[in-house]
Amino acid sequence: MTLKTRIIPCLDVAGGRVVKGVNFVDLIDAGDPVQAAMAYDAAGADELTFLDITASHEGRDTIFDVVARTAEHCFMPVTVGGGVRSIEDIRKLLLAGADKVAINSAAVNDPDFIARAADKFGNQCIVVSVDAKQRLDAKVGGDNRSEWEIYTHGGRRPTGIDAVEFAAKMVERGAGELLVTSMDRDGTKSGFDLKLTRAIADSVEVPVIASGGVGKLQDLVDGVTEGHASAVLAASIFHFGTFTIPEAKRYMADHGIAMRLDAAAA
Amino acid sequence: MSTVAIIDYGAGNLRSAANAFERVAASLVSSPEIIVTADPEVVRRADRIMLPGVGAFADCKAGLDAVAGMTEVLEERVIRGTTPFLGVCVGMQLLAGEGREKVITAGLGWIPGAVEKIRPTDPNLKIPHMGWNTISVTKPHALLAGIPDGPNGLHAYFVHSYHFLTDDPAHLLATTDYGGVVTACVGRDNIFGTQFHPEKSQALGLKLIENFMGWTP
Repeated sequence: MTLKTRIIPCLDVAGGRVVKGVNFVDLIDAGDPVQAAMAYDAAGADELTFLDITASHEGRDTIFDVVARTAEHCFMPVTVGGGVRSIEDIRKLLLAGADKVAINSAAVNDPDFIARAADKFGNQCIVVSVDAKQRLDAKVGGDNRSEWEIYTHGGRRPTGIDAVEFAAKMVERGAGELLVTSMDRDGTKSGFDLKLTRAIADSVEVPVIASGGVGKLQDLVDGVTEGHASAVLAASIFHFGTFTIPEAKRYMADHGIAMRLDAAAA
Repeated sequence: MSTVAIIDYGAGNLRSAANAFERVAASLVSSPEIIVTADPEVVRRADRIMLPGVGAFADCKAGLDAVAGMTEVLEERVIRGTTPFLGVCVGMQLLAGEGREKVITAGLGWIPGAVEKIRPTDPNLKIPHMGWNTISVTKPHALLAGIPDGPNGLHAYFVHSYHFLTDDPAHLLATTDYGGVVTACVGRDNIFGTQFHPEKSQALGLKLIENFMGWTP
């Protein structure tokens, strides 16, 4: 018996609708995040992440309805990220049925927010999103900093904060898991930034989810074997039907990674 | 109509637990009513009791203690009475004599033992033990009936850094492996507890909840 590596499909949601739609299966409404979630649940996804990218403040409440309806139908862990800024935001998401929340900007702006959130709700439900980009001024070995810095606001705003140091600090404050996204690789289909993933995974005690850049199944394998990630997150390869969850699990299992294969419907 | 009380004491994701119980209840002929409640009187009248719990042991114990009369009703119904009881995650850990998470905190003491940090032999294994793992039944039990165990069995969803070490091996019902033996289920008489989350464990979890709804200890 071993703990299995998790595959986590991620759905970008804005105003309660899936951004760009999901084409991997015949859904009556390809824009309904709950239908997509149910299809992933049936396909054997190990967890699900909703990233709420709603721009307007007014549209934000739509995510609570999405989470509540998902939790009625899917008996697997659900994480919600995007716009989580207060203890009250977390409480509302958990009450709606989320199991974990992913926090990005609020953690960068106020690291003690993570400590307060972890004290209140437990480390297990506090995921910190580490959105990192290669430093333009990186001189490897030239200074004491790592090669990556933290970005906020969906990768648009640099902070000058060292990514590996930030990750360690977040775990110290009580983060139970880290979602490490390479903003350089995101959307490129050229694979995870394995050096970044490994640098963080090897320096913290908590599980790391690798994210950003998956284009082929071997990328998922590399995230685990070379990136040392405990879970892999991907969006478009699943949404657009390039690969199914069972295909990805089978491929990873065939490459020596312990996977949960009992749940896959097809 | 029979009722299942899910205790609301400010700890945990009650919506998920209620959803899973409601799903199972709807499939049963008896169709029991699922009530999420902080009222000890409702718990006293319930036919089955479920105690959830996430977060730290001490916080959960303090949360339970803060609900006036709840512990007394639980002891009346579960210890002196025979009401079937299911504790989940920290709701299961609270059954122990004491928790040793950060500080030492007295538990309910219904099952002798202590809650200790997991110490995997492999230093590369992450803490928390988070994700899907199979279980191994050490002592057959009605709540585990019909659930395939072992390396090729069904998976349960775990997320925890501490686990329950029972003083009496007879109270240990199922284990999992994470760089060593980790407690998955404990129980005695009308009391059962799972470290994993049945409400998040798809097929395995729904089967366990169904077994609980039909359990006559």
